[in-house]
Amino acid sequence: MPAFTPPPLPSDDKRWKIVNGTMRKNGFARHALIETLHTVQSAFGYLDDDAIRFVARSLRVPLSQAYGVVTFYHYFSLKPPGKHTMTVCAGTACYIKGADKLVATAVKRLGIAQGQTTKDGQISLMTARCVGACSRAPVVLCDGEVAGEVTDEQMLEQLERWAVE
Amino acid sequence: MTIEELEQIAKSVLQENEKYDFEVNVCMDLACASQGSDKLREALATAAEASGKKVLVRRTGCMGPCSSGPLVRVDPEETLYHHVNADHAEAIVSSLGGAPVPTLQCDLNEHFDKQVRVVLENAGHIDPEKIDDYISRDGYKALLTALTEMTPNGVIHRITESGLRGRGGGGYPTGLKWGTVAKAGGDLKYVVCNGDEGDPGAFMDRSVMEGDPHRVIEGMAIAAYAVGASKGYIYVRAEYPVAVARLTTALRDARRRGLLGNGICNTPFNFDVEIRLGAGAFVCGEETALIASIEGRRGTPKPRPPYPAVSGLWGKPTLINNVETYANIAPIVRNGGKWFANMGSERSKGTKVFALTGKITHTGLVEVPMGIKLHEIIDVIGGGVPGGHTFKAVQTGGPSGGCIPAEMLDVGVSYDALVRLGSIMGSGGMIVMDDTSCMVNVARFFVEFCMSESCGKCIPCRAGTAQMFTLLSRFCSGTGTMEDLDLLVSLCETIKETSLCGLGMTAPNPVLSTLKYFRNEYIEHIVHKRCPAGVCSMEAAVPAVPVEVLA
Repeated sequence: MPAFTPPPLPSDDKRWKIVNGTMRKNGFARHALIETLHTVQSAFGYLDDDAIRFVARSLRVPLSQAYGVVTFYHYFSLKPPGKHTMTVCAGTACYIKGADKLVATAVKRLGIAQGQTTKDGQISLMTARCVGACSRAPVVLCDGEVAGEVTDEQMLEQLERWAVE
Repeated sequence: MTIEELEQIAKSVLQENEKYDFEVNVCMDLACASQGSDKLREALATAAEASGKKVLVRRTGCMGPCSSGPLVRVDPEETLYHHVNADHAEAIVSSLGGAPVPTLQCDLNEHFDKQVRVVLENAGHIDPEKIDDYISRDGYKALLTALTEMTPNGVIHRITESGLRGRGGGGYPTGLKWGTVAKAGGDLKYVVCNGDEGDPGAFMDRSVMEGDPHRVIEGMAIAAYAVGASKGYIYVRAEYPVAVARLTTALRDARRRGLLGNGICNTPFNFDVEIRLGAGAFVCGEETALIASIEGRRGTPKPRPPYPAVSGLWGKPTLINNVETYANIAPIVRNGGKWFANMGSERSKGTKVFALTGKITHTGLVEVPMGIKLHEIIDVIGGGVPGGHTFKAVQTGGPSGGCIPAEMLDVGVSYDALVRLGSIMGSGGMIVMDDTSCMVNVARFFVEFCMSESCGKCIPCRAGTAQMFTLLSRFCSGTGTMEDLDLLVSLCETIKETSLCGLGMTAPNPVLSTLKYFRNEYIEHIVHKRCPAGVCSMEAAVPAVPVEVLA
């Protein structure tokens, strides 16, 4: 059986080398699929068709399986994120302290549903299952930064700042 | 690394610490860090340097009462300061050696008095990124003692004797599980740490992994020695980037110190650990689904048997324990099984860490001996419900658990008692609700969670949770009928009995427990079309246009 040669990198974007590095570190083993997808997402911000194809071929995983994994896990996104991301924690403690109202306020202000990005690509509105900062509920993540005991006004202020940037 | 070398390191750390007159510990856990404890630590370090006093400023893991954060504790006096910010740094430093700063000092004796710290013994006392700090507090002593003085069977015997039960929620006896894996044939076995804290509203495992990562690694290494494994995986949620970073550092340092790798402590024992990132799937807390995820596949569970103890990761015998279970191992090996068995209640030994959140005065992390009454946790340790509201229920066990009403708070916390109440111990989330929470809406929240987290493999869970959600939504919008309620109950029974894995089997728990204790709230929603707590909108109950006109 001829030795397996991984497919060429999709482009000369340097980030593909990081992705390739993760796969090489794991010996191009099939079980490195999720690890590799994590690397792609952290490098590019999301997973597009080219990326999934490239990873699947490199790891000799059927494309259907790779796509199945991407769509199974909440953490992976198939859409590019906006310039800024407002993530409202939807854990139980946050829910008890009124996180659903925060989501409703953000939906109203931005005119998008959760999981979507504004037309100008400026702000994405996401919800998270729980970020583990329950003692400071309700919690939002502003571009990944945890803010606790958030009020509608504080969140709107942040959204305004991002919207005019 | 030998025990003598370990003791040498511990001694040199203590000698180094003795050079300082004061230790200022700054909590850098997520809750405090989100309120600027990073800047606070810098300010304290700058102020300490300027003052000329011999002060050691140390970052630590979670100290517990997160609602009072950012927290600072000054040793040796053990003065605790709350709500500290960078502007207070100079006042704190100049008070060292004199009277404490009165405006910042907090009295949380009631909060701490009833707690017993085993898992969290180091939290708030060590820098999680310094392996030597951990070693100075008897770290890795248990591992080296086990390797040099105990047989694998001896270790298992000690764990069995301790009566430790799995802290992930199921409560399976840990010693028994270890024994099964040890007896399984084959030379390749795996040890897996379940750090996929999927229960929304719980953060004990995050705090342990972030605040004391070596404790988890040491527990895993002892487990590996006991069951004959040479490779370990820690499966951590990707939502916990700090935990991943701390564990990565801890693993690197442990390897450098020769506490992981080949021939640990000059014995033939080899062990190393790799981190695997979860990707946001609640079902991956289930053992077989977790294994599928480590293998790089969709996290769908498999019917058991065969149990992972016999055929797990890549078909090899695999030991899977929760973070908190591993965190209990080193103290048990050090102090003996009897010491551990002396704590707790009849069939639930030791302590349990709870994440106390929701409508309660002192939110945060608490560790209590098993058997403690629920009302002691809520009223004494937690300080009761704030804002003049009245307590309604406490939710334990997350989406797999149930709501416990006020009249049941006299029950002692144990695996069996909570099951009898219609809830479960779970991983340790404890969410307090007051009269502003609607129990029907809460049940709907959890069912929605289970519906979106169902992996879709078995029909009872996939279709059943969706039907439950529809029925509950009808109640919350004011269109439910009493027939719907009967249907909901029978649906719950079916899902409970026929689902493939724990997610489906326990998904009806929030509904059944709220129905058991708060049936009148359901009736209010159905018959009187009103939500007593004023949470549900009941928008369909009063249609803007009478239905007859439309017809």
